[in-house]
Formats: sequence, structure tokens, C-alpha cells
Amino acid sequence: MGNLSQKIDKFIESFIDYNGYVKVVEGLKNTLLIAVLGLVIGIVIGTLIATVRVIPKYKRLPKVLNGICSFYVALFRGTPMVVQLLVVYYVLLPILDVHFTGLQVSILVFGLNSGAYISEIMRGGILSVDPGQMEGGRAVGLSFGTAMRKIVIPQAVKNILPTMGNEFITLIKETSVVSFVGAADLYVAFNYIGSSSYEFMVPYLVMAMIYIALVLIISLGIKLMERSLGKSDRRH
Amino acid sequence: MIDVINLEKQFGENKVLNGINVTIEKGDIMVVIGPSGSGKSTFLRCLNCMEDPTGGQIIFNGVDIADPKVDINIHRRHMGMVFQHFNLFNNKTVLQNIMLAPVYVQCQDLRRAKRQNFFLPFTNLFRKEKREKAAIATTAAKITAQARENALSLLRRIGMEDKANVYPSTLSGGQKQRIAIVRSLAMNPDVILFDEPTSALDPEMVGEVLDLMKALAAEGMTMVIVTHEMGFAREVANKVLFIDEGQILESGTPEEFFGNPKNPRLRDFLSKVL
Repeated sequence: MGNLSQKIDKFIESFIDYNGYVKVVEGLKNTLLIAVLGLVIGIVIGTLIATVRVIPKYKRLPKVLNGICSFYVALFRGTPMVVQLLVVYYVLLPILDVHFTGLQVSILVFGLNSGAYISEIMRGGILSVDPGQMEGGRAVGLSFGTAMRKIVIPQAVKNILPTMGNEFITLIKETSVVSFVGAADLYVAFNYIGSSSYEFMVPYLVMAMIYIALVLIISLGIKLMERSLGKSDRRH
Repeated sequence: MIDVINLEKQFGENKVLNGINVTIEKGDIMVVIGPSGSGKSTFLRCLNCMEDPTGGQIIFNGVDIADPKVDINIHRRHMGMVFQHFNLFNNKTVLQNIMLAPVYVQCQDLRRAKRQNFFLPFTNLFRKEKREKAAIATTAAKITAQARENALSLLRRIGMEDKANVYPSTLSGGQKQRIAIVRSLAMNPDVILFDEPTSALDPEMVGEVLDLMKALAAEGMTMVIVTHEMGFAREVANKVLFIDEGQILESGTPEEFFGNPKNPRLRDFLSKVL
């Protein structure tokens, strides 16, 4: 055990004395930034796609849009996140001749990727709402879009909140691959501490604990949100 | 008020409505009866294009609303509908349920008027006859206040003012259906369509809903009602239709309809249900 306490000392030394904590705070910030902004972009994209996919298909425009959305979802669900990051950063950006930082690319790719997954979750949520709700809205003269926005989607969101929480947790954990495109997340920070002190055991252990803590906090937040959204249910 | 001309509806190969012709005048209480699967609900749902008709015309206030080019949402505002399963918005309180459509629709008109006024100086540049700005006398806050006032007075009328701020899931079936009727009343419709309004209710709650419908009828509201309540049809209706296999087999006043049915299918049907 003397060995371990030595290692802990070493970690604390490089964490505090050699400004390791600055890197960790920076990494934590980036990890949360990528996950949260990715989720927000994903919810927007996912909701739009899900709405398009539940429009009745007897006109041409919904059919074309539906085809585009299916392609998008297939593309982003069919490739790993790392590959998407690499393709966007090393293939797409040079071809388009635009310059984004690794962090910006990560946010973008995480948003696009989670949009594909959330669209499927959201579609399930929308289909789980009683079709009578839409009919009730249409019958009082609301348009399809308005009835969707004001009545169906709020109820769908309530139904899929636990699944959405899962998606957020997945995003947080997936951020550990953004170092492939040079964004500095938690993994990069602890890797830095490890390599500066030639000692990886404790830094990686602490990193794992931070991830677990993040996920537990998020689960708690979702539980609270579910409770406050459950007001219109019978159980309250 | 509503002229239905040769209305047809097909679900795939299955022909549900087979050329329906009927005229609904202002103040009519028309009851539609028929065996299950006869197409009476489909007929009602075609009247406000909940189901798009596959043939024929529905002339409502002079406009053929079966035409897909017509903006059906505008016409549905004048055509309330009450469903078998109430279809109250579960995520809104009772008051919000009633206020939602009137507020939204009026605010939409307000925004449109404001937008037109805003662009008027530019669009006038291209017009020979210059137009005046439309007068806007109302605000979103006024509309909301007015709608709330109206909703509360409607609730007071059915004695459910104390339920204004609860969610529909806490109400009984009869209460839900009365709220649903009031919700369609809040739009000041010209006609209300009732799709089996009492079929999903416990027997003891049927009365309160029928009473409200009778009160509406007495006020001269135009109503089209699909129902199995023969007593109600006989008492309140001034026109009864019998639909089977997508066709109107008999229609008339309740006295001759129930007293002296001519069609053998109708006679058979009445002998089973009366």
C-alpha cells in the first residue's frame, strides 16, 4: 500500500503544484460543452426529422423530405462517432476549405449524430401519443404543425424523457473520443497529468470517478424533471 | 349551411361511403343512426375533412371544403367537433384546453395584420391604388383576457368553474365530454359535429352530457349527431338519417322515421335497438 500512497502523492503534486487542475477544469468544461450543445442541436434536428417522418405521406414534398431524413439517419447511425469526427475534420473541412477548431467540430458532429438517434426516439414518442390528441387539435382549427408543437410534442417529450436521459449520458461518455480531432476533454487533461508524472494509475482512476459522478448527477436531474413534468398525470 | 353532394370515401379497396347527398340547414338537429360499420362515423368525419373524401363535394358556407386546395383549418374554426373519446389535450389544464384554440387563432390573425401593415409602405410602391393600414384595435393580452373571460363563463354555465385549473386526467368521463363540448363552443362555431358523444361514458353520466346537448339544441345551435341514443334522437332531432353500407336508406322527421319506417333494413334495425 505504500506504493499506492506514493502514487497518490505524486498525483496530488502534479494536480495542484503543476497546474493539473487547470487542465482538468478546462477538460470538464469542454466535455460538458460538447455533450450539452450536442444534445441541444440533436434535439432540434431530431424533433424536426421525427415530425417530417410522421407527416401523412400522400403529397410529394413529405415523401422527398422523408427520403432525405431516412438517408441522414442511416448515415449517422451507420458509422461510428470516431469515424464521423475524423471524416468531418480531416476530409470535409479541407475540401470545403473552412477552418473550425477541434472543439467546434466535436460539437457539430455530436449534434448531428445525436440528432439521428433522437429522431428515432422522438418518433417513437410521437407515435406513442394517442392519435386523438392530434385530431382534437385539428378539429378546433389548428394546423398540423401547430397541433404538433403545442399538443403532441410536449406529451411525447414527457414519454421519452428517460430515454433522452440515456442519450445524454451516452453523449457525455462518448466525448472521450474527441481527442482524435484535438479537442481537450477530460481524457486529455488526465492523460496530460499522467504523462507529466509518468504515473497513470491514479489519474485514470480519478477520471473514471468524475465520469461516474457526472452520470449520477444527470440521472438525478432527469428524475426531478420527470416528476415536475408528471403534473398532468393522474399520479401526483 | 352544409350541402353534401355525392360524397364518397374509400379506404383502399373498401368503399365506405357510396354517394351521400344531404343538406343541413341552419338550426337543424340532425341525428345519424345505423348499424356499426355502416359508415356513419366516417360520414361525420368527412364533413370536416378529418377523413379526406375521395369523391364528391361538401359545400360549407359556400365553399367546397372537400377540395384539397382549400385551407381546411380556417373552415374547421366554424365547425366544432366532439369525439367519442373526448380528446381533451392531456398536457393542458381545463381552462387552457378551452382557451388554446381561440387565443392561438386570434393571435395568428393579429400577427398577420401587423405584418401586412409593416410591409404596406413597400407593397404600396408597386400598387396603383394605395391601400390604407388596417386598424388594429386589439393586443395579445386583450385577446387572452377576453378568451379567459369567455372560457370561465362557459365553465360557469356547465357548473365546472372549480375545475378550471385541473388537468383532464382527474375528471370523470361525463365531465370530460362536457368540457370537450364547451371547448368547441369557445370557437363560436356555426355547427357542431358529435361523433358518438355518449358511447364511451358510464350509463349514469350519459344524462349530463345529453342535457347539455339538449340545452344547445334549444338555443338553436346547428348540430349533426351520430349516436345510439334513440330516445334522444326522437326527442331532440328534427331530422333523422339511417345509413347502412355507405348509403342513406331513409331520412325524415323523427315522427315518421320511428313511427312509420318504410325501409325493411331500418325496420329490422329499429326492432333490435328499441
